[in-house]
Amino acid sequence: MALLDNITHREKAKQHRPWSRAVVTEAGWRQAIDQLAAGRCTLLGLWGDAPAVHMALLADDFSDIAVISYTCKDGTYPSVAARHPPAGRLERAVRDLYGLNATDAPDMRTWLDLGFWKVRHPLGKATPAHKPQAYQFLPVEGEGLHQIPVGPVHAGIIEPGHFRFTANGEHVVRLEQRLGYVHKGIESLMQGATLEQAGKLASRTSGDSTVAYAFAFAHAVEAALQVTAPPRAIYLRALMAELERLANHFGDIGAICNDASFALMHAQTGILRERTLRAAEACFGHRLMMDVIVPGGVSCDIAADGAAQVQEFLAEIRRAFPRLVELYDNTASLQDRTVTTGFVKPEFARQFAAGGYVGRASGRAFDARRTPGYAPYGDLKFEVPVLDAGDVNARIWIRIREVEQSMALIDQILGDLPAGKIQAAVEPKGKICEGLGLVEAFRGDVLVWLRLDGEARVERCHLRDASWFQWPLLETAVEGNIVADFPLCNKSFNCSYSGHDL
Amino acid sequence: MRKTLFESFIHGPLTEKAPEPDEAGLAELAKAVNRAARARLGRSLSIRHVDAGSCNGCELEIHALSNAFYDLERFGLHFVASPRHADVLTVTGPVTKSMREALLRTYNATPDPKWVIAVGACAADGGLFVGSYAVEGGVKDVVPVDLTIAGCPPNPLQLLKGLLSLLESQDANVAS
Repeated sequence: MALLDNITHREKAKQHRPWSRAVVTEAGWRQAIDQLAAGRCTLLGLWGDAPAVHMALLADDFSDIAVISYTCKDGTYPSVAARHPPAGRLERAVRDLYGLNATDAPDMRTWLDLGFWKVRHPLGKATPAHKPQAYQFLPVEGEGLHQIPVGPVHAGIIEPGHFRFTANGEHVVRLEQRLGYVHKGIESLMQGATLEQAGKLASRTSGDSTVAYAFAFAHAVEAALQVTAPPRAIYLRALMAELERLANHFGDIGAICNDASFALMHAQTGILRERTLRAAEACFGHRLMMDVIVPGGVSCDIAADGAAQVQEFLAEIRRAFPRLVELYDNTASLQDRTVTTGFVKPEFARQFAAGGYVGRASGRAFDARRTPGYAPYGDLKFEVPVLDAGDVNARIWIRIREVEQSMALIDQILGDLPAGKIQAAVEPKGKICEGLGLVEAFRGDVLVWLRLDGEARVERCHLRDASWFQWPLLETAVEGNIVADFPLCNKSFNCSYSGHDL
Repeated sequence: MRKTLFESFIHGPLTEKAPEPDEAGLAELAKAVNRAARARLGRSLSIRHVDAGSCNGCELEIHALSNAFYDLERFGLHFVASPRHADVLTVTGPVTKSMREALLRTYNATPDPKWVIAVGACAADGGLFVGSYAVEGGVKDVVPVDLTIAGCPPNPLQLLKGLLSLLESQDANVAS
């Protein structure tokens, strides 16, 4: 049954692809909230588009996606978070950016707006703002509790954000995150941008997932303009996406072990990561493969000796990686740190629609490459590893298994790489059109929704990182763990700050 | 584990010193960084990194400086956890309005003499994010910058070159 069958709606938007978007009244909006609260579908995104708010839903079996749109009366809409907590931070972000208020929302504090912008509601009815308002952290009461504030500037070479720990002795009783420090206003810069400018911005939403963002952005544009990229470009996109996944998984596996003071693994996987980036550069001329995926195809073909270089690289990984897996598996002191640490309850992973290894280590078998799926993955054989232990160890094992899957995928991609063009023409449609893309980045699904005008300029583009639904789970995962295990838990999530803050 | 450790003894280091044709630059640079760092700082230069709004692409490449191929520490250059211990601040990102104060405080917490390196296209002048209500538009608009390393993101080789040119310019200052 299609998602929209259970939601009363007026009309479907004519130019919205590949899934439907429907305009709903308050009754329809509330029915959608009922569906979410009852666990019959999950929340994929919630974003402002004054005077409306849009909500993207994912069917229980992951096969269908729908967007519903509600036009706010007096700048308000019924709160989703009041009955479905995963919407909470999204609603707060909508208010910060647009000034649209969720009625009866459980949390009325700001989220992305830390009070430094000198403007309130920059994407809605902007009004000047002068001084930051005080931010109230959630109250924590009890005997013998103390607080540890950390950040925004952290000790390592990582992104900025604030963590407020409340601890009882060594044990964390509450972690509260305060994010938004790297908010760059990407969605405002998108407005009126050409496809080229907007693609570059999308590619810099989260640098570690630049391929995935460019991929999702291209999907959204191609859906809106009804363009199909040539087969060769589609395969090259998947090659880049898998190289990006490998590089990040290698980096993460080592970095997690490093946070348990097991530097040997970090040094060894650092070598594999560097080899991956060098293979990427040899193929596409850029270590992170930025700006290679563009709407219509890819901007450059794989270098003449690229396939050979990748095969050589894979052979090297096949020699080196199994030994490291064995090393991880046989080092009891390391396992002592990772097993049972940072447990994410499967029901939370499900409720929050946690993507990537966070979801798959807690029993949520979602991978956007599989369902709803996109080319060329339908033609390729791969498994989606799922575990239910939900701890740091499980999140490492999901990455290990995904490294193996990505290598097998790259073999197939190179073996079946079609010949031919790498770019299809991308022409404006002369009328407004909308598209949605959902692509599996290494850390989870990236959603890009956009509306283009008749000249194919961006009217509105929303980018939703997987981190939005993973950050809140980190707060739950660290509860009851010792403070010293926080870096380990945090790295096992490796959420994006920039992808979240936009 | 013993096998892996043992192998690292019998295999040569991965760290690049042999100048291969396409990577001659790195070896040359390695030697030069070494000379300048030793002359100026007696084998030690501490770097504190501040992400002031980056997309995290620059951070990935700064991290790579510490891998076995580039092995930054062989030059006595290393990253430290506190600005109190730092000689150099590397700053990335177009400096978001929300990070301005944190960057200023980090700068003020760094003892003199100190140098600031703006790393990447965003740190240089705001890059793609110029004109946003949420960004300042380049590190130099917030704290004095001694050196800018271009690139989106700069690769580890460009980063090493940048560190070298900073050291050499400081040497020149001392000499004059």
